[in-house]
Amino acid sequence: MRDFISERAKAIPPSGIRRFFDLAGQMEDVISLGVGEPDYTTPWHICEAAITSIEQGHTSYTSNTGLVTLRKELAAFLDRRYQIQYDPLSEMIVTTGVSEALDIAIRAVINPGDEALVVDPIYVSYGPCVTLAGGKPVLMPCLEKDHFRLTPDVLMEHITPKSKVLILNFPNNPSGAVMREEDIKGIADVVIDHDLLILSDEVYAELTYEGKHCAVASIDGLWDRTVTLSGFSKAFAMTGWRLGYFCAPKEITAAALKIHQYIMLSAPTMAQYGAIEALRHGEEPMEHMVREYHMRRNLFVDGLNRIGLPCHLPEGAFYAFPSVKQTGLTDQEFAERLITEAGVAVVPGSVFGTAGEGHVRCAYAVSRNDLSEAITRMGEFLQNL
Amino acid sequence: MDDKDRTLLSLLEEDCTTPVHDLAIMLECTDDEILSRKKSLEDAGIIGRYSAVINWEAFESGVVFAIIELKVAPEREWGYDRIAERIARFSNVRSLRLKTGSHDLQLLVTGKSMQEIARFVSEQIAPMDRIRETATHLIMKTYKENGVLYVEREEGKRLPFSF
Repeated sequence: MRDFISERAKAIPPSGIRRFFDLAGQMEDVISLGVGEPDYTTPWHICEAAITSIEQGHTSYTSNTGLVTLRKELAAFLDRRYQIQYDPLSEMIVTTGVSEALDIAIRAVINPGDEALVVDPIYVSYGPCVTLAGGKPVLMPCLEKDHFRLTPDVLMEHITPKSKVLILNFPNNPSGAVMREEDIKGIADVVIDHDLLILSDEVYAELTYEGKHCAVASIDGLWDRTVTLSGFSKAFAMTGWRLGYFCAPKEITAAALKIHQYIMLSAPTMAQYGAIEALRHGEEPMEHMVREYHMRRNLFVDGLNRIGLPCHLPEGAFYAFPSVKQTGLTDQEFAERLITEAGVAVVPGSVFGTAGEGHVRCAYAVSRNDLSEAITRMGEFLQNL
Repeated sequence: MDDKDRTLLSLLEEDCTTPVHDLAIMLECTDDEILSRKKSLEDAGIIGRYSAVINWEAFESGVVFAIIELKVAPEREWGYDRIAERIARFSNVRSLRLKTGSHDLQLLVTGKSMQEIARFVSEQIAPMDRIRETATHLIMKTYKENGVLYVEREEGKRLPFSF
């Protein structure tokens, strides 16, 4: 029989956490700090809105771009919170999670051979999506000494004549790093000089603890060369609803919409009705969750530093990214021994790129009791090393 | 009163056993600041006391709760206050409110049996001077109390790992 598997599928790596998944499955009483999603269930008023939409028979497709009401609410939300303006009728697509938004954005702009500059460490799907589109991901290490932010120098070093796209994700998964307004302004000139397009995944925007989130598209000169990608998963605790959005200037939106039409048609209808409710009445419950993450972050990062795992203060998302270098273990070894010997699950940083080596990602989206129990277990583990 | 006080109050309302040092780290201040804020809130009567939310129905059978609604003729000068304060002194009255609607006062009362509650209403409350009418509603099941859900339900489980 022929080898049916495509070269493109072969070119992307398998998931880096399969082994840990299996380990966690075998053990009891594991505290998992390995989960990249909120521990909250979706606020009930949002669920009710979705249930009602089903009761009312809203079970068919929506327009490809999503419900107009939802897009209008979204446009108002983005303007109100981040001072970025998009026309709901021609510059927005409601997608099946940010994952799809990212995929259609990349496919809409990448030609074979184009290089996409990707910050490293980063959520695992960016590189493979570029590869699948025929492009070449170029990883740019964002180091701890720079608070895991992208600096103009690092960006410059990696630009070649083939560079076309810059993929950002701040607040960052896995480091929790935030690019403040001055940091984005710092790279804006380089982006404009080299005529790059930014794909900015800002799904953790609402989870910003020191000051306000700065949207990339809000910086002078960047709006018309930025695709803003985000979604409802993190801020509104709606991961399972699979709802995201894509916002960009008209021409780019039109190109991405063609891909979206063929691969997805439209985002789940009941999820869209839930999202309308989230935008209309969900900001207060959301702020409540954000305050809680903020306090957990303080507790957890303090605990990590206390037991001897140095950790910079993550300014956003719900991840702490401590260094484990001083233990003499690699991040893979550390994570594997931590789960088998202490019953605490974390994700090795190298899964998120070479710049993540020597770190582990700990999601503090778990109850405060579990966080302090995890700190106790990790402290004992370190003492017994 | 500021935002920090408000956050401190919600944290204490949720779990008043949270160590002071943890509260200080969460609120980005010193232990001393937490202690002095708590003291001011206690002194101002904003924090009444530190107690546990207990599901008595789960602990033992034979505890009866009832909501008693009263129509009251208000007194000149005092309104409902004097009669309400009298009723509030009974130790089996867990809560007491003045409300709008068909009745004026609403009490939450506990007792060891239905008879005990019936006796309380007919012998203590109804004969009071200004009470015009009583309506007693026995509580059959509590689903939620002070923000705590009493009903067991299967929570959605997250995968142990995800990116």
